[in-house]
Amino acid sequence: MRRIFTLFVFALFCWTAARAQQTVTIGFTVSNTGSLNVDSLEQYRGFELWRDQVNAAGGIKAGGKSYQIKFVTYDDESQPQRVQQLYTRMILQDKAQFLFSPYSSGLTATAAIVTEQNGKIMITTGASEDRTYKLGNQYLFQMFTPASEYLASALDALKAKDAHTQVAFVYADDSFSSAAAAAGKAYAQKIGLKVVFDEAYSPDTTDFGPIIDKVIASKATALAGGGHYADGATLARQLYSRKAKLEFLSLFVAPDSPKFTELGDAAYGVTVPSQWEVQSVYKTQLGPSGEEFAQAYTAKNHSAPSYESAGGYAAGLILQHAIEQAGGVDTAKVAAALNSTDATTFFGQTKFATDAKEHGLQLGHTMVLAQWQKDKSGQLEKQVVWPEQAQSAHIVFPIWQGPAKTIAQAQKAK
Amino acid sequence: MSGIFASLLDGLLVGCVYGLAAIGLNLIWGVMGVINLTHGAMIALGMFGIYLLFSSLAVNPYILLLPILAASFAAGVVVYWMAVYRVVGRPALMSLLSTFAVNMMIIGIGTTLWSTSPYNVNFNLPGFSLGPYTFTGNHMAAAIAAVIIAGALQLFLYYTRFGRAIRAVADNREAAELMGISSTRVLMAAFGLGIALAAAAGGLIATLFPFTILSGGVYQLRSFVVTVLAGLGRPIGALFAGILLGLLEGAVTPFIAISWIPLIEFGLFVVVLVLFPRGLFGRNA
Repeated sequence: MRRIFTLFVFALFCWTAARAQQTVTIGFTVSNTGSLNVDSLEQYRGFELWRDQVNAAGGIKAGGKSYQIKFVTYDDESQPQRVQQLYTRMILQDKAQFLFSPYSSGLTATAAIVTEQNGKIMITTGASEDRTYKLGNQYLFQMFTPASEYLASALDALKAKDAHTQVAFVYADDSFSSAAAAAGKAYAQKIGLKVVFDEAYSPDTTDFGPIIDKVIASKATALAGGGHYADGATLARQLYSRKAKLEFLSLFVAPDSPKFTELGDAAYGVTVPSQWEVQSVYKTQLGPSGEEFAQAYTAKNHSAPSYESAGGYAAGLILQHAIEQAGGVDTAKVAAALNSTDATTFFGQTKFATDAKEHGLQLGHTMVLAQWQKDKSGQLEKQVVWPEQAQSAHIVFPIWQGPAKTIAQAQKAK
Repeated sequence: MSGIFASLLDGLLVGCVYGLAAIGLNLIWGVMGVINLTHGAMIALGMFGIYLLFSSLAVNPYILLLPILAASFAAGVVVYWMAVYRVVGRPALMSLLSTFAVNMMIIGIGTTLWSTSPYNVNFNLPGFSLGPYTFTGNHMAAAIAAVIIAGALQLFLYYTRFGRAIRAVADNREAAELMGISSTRVLMAAFGLGIALAAAAGGLIATLFPFTILSGGVYQLRSFVVTVLAGLGRPIGALFAGILLGLLEGAVTPFIAISWIPLIEFGLFVVVLVLFPRGLFGRNA
């Protein structure tokens, strides 16, 4: 009798434990192939680190239960049509309860149509174009500072260094880059900078020679724009090899990747509007500090995190926080918790617009301007150079007066 | 004014490489009547060939073109027996499908091996400056190498016995066979040669621009435009057509946004097809 009772208690314990240990399924696509491959993989590594750390600590604890995180992922090939198919599949067949966005504004805009139609929450990261959040969506929540604010820091820094500079805008004709450049151009004109050239290019461009010739002909002394990693890195490399004598160069996204150091001297002095840098210190309410995150990320991936990686991890933290606040995984309750979120992680403040006109748009997060400089041993390192109150080093300006000379001069000056 | 001159010079240099890239397609199309859809993938393999050899041997990449030419000729022979031999002389759709299948296989394997992240050949030759404009040494070296390879092909086709055999098979396969020429051997060699030229062009492009396993597609499309401009059966015509296309790009880019260039190129493609169906340099043009 005693043996039967013991077995009964053990079975009850197992059943209770099994009930308490549940799974939350999160779906998203990764651009394992295609032009967004580099940035998308960095974002994925951020998601992955968050999942592994939370699962190792026992999962997300909400409403007396503990949820192990399960990812469902596919390769979107950097193609919107794949995103449309795969987000539908993840929701309907794989039963994903929550979604993270793919990488890039263009792919996210496509995914958002599917997630909204199906009433599923999608935390977007690596997707900063404003327009998607102004279409009346209810379940979309943006982690990144919107694209319209991307170039503000860079242009402020430029104005402070040379008010008479002549700016060229050269950017990929994708949705994010076009929106960020258009807002940047308007801001440059507003603060009194002279815009002398404005041209978009296809994101798969590899020969920037014709555009660089036009930039030189326009007598521009500063250039802002770019797109994502592949085209941005190529543009920087060719500007350098063609000795375009620019005093300031600020490109979207690409220079933030640790891979950018592969450009060697061509990387020196290039600035990037950044969503996060390891030097950005915030008083965190949730999750690890920036330094702890960077250490764990580097230990796992053997490379430093980019802001895409940080955004991926922070998206996980914010979803986790909302599930905890909601006491479970009910979509309506988690959406309500996200609407009232005002939290600071190592990534910075996160607060979403709740106004119907721009629901989900990021309101709390701010950006910095980072620049590739050289340390004492001549190794490239990224420094925060703007705003002045957040800077970890003074901005190097002007950057190029004939590349090889300038690097030597700049090092001497340091 | 110097801006237009710089743009034209840029167009001329890049045009030479466009021309070389198209010669392989032109040769195979002209000799065998096969539209080779592995062309782009072979250009990409040439890019990776140079990259891998340069990374491991650190030898001047222009010297590495020689092993690339040899290896890609051998690869071309393999592809010929695997996918082309049985469809030569059959309806064009057959060869399109079989070469497209090989193209997908190469891209699939390439994606697995190298992903689609961009690669660079970090080799820089000193260039020269013209006022504020700088022309890289790599562009000049690639253009010169393209002209040398195209010239060597022309000499081979016109002044060697085997070259004349290739031209004879291209003109009239049955008559050539009656003269004792083994058309199968000739076609195999022509296909291998076409692939070798595509890979060499890829190797040269790799010294100019970053690339992925998917990069060949862009040059394949351009090669079609150049081939139509040049006309079939005149490989050297493809070099001139490539230069013409490059100069056209150079002439218009100072005045219009570069996003209009594909529209102009493919507009030209249609116009030439309608007005000069045998191309600008083709036979009986």
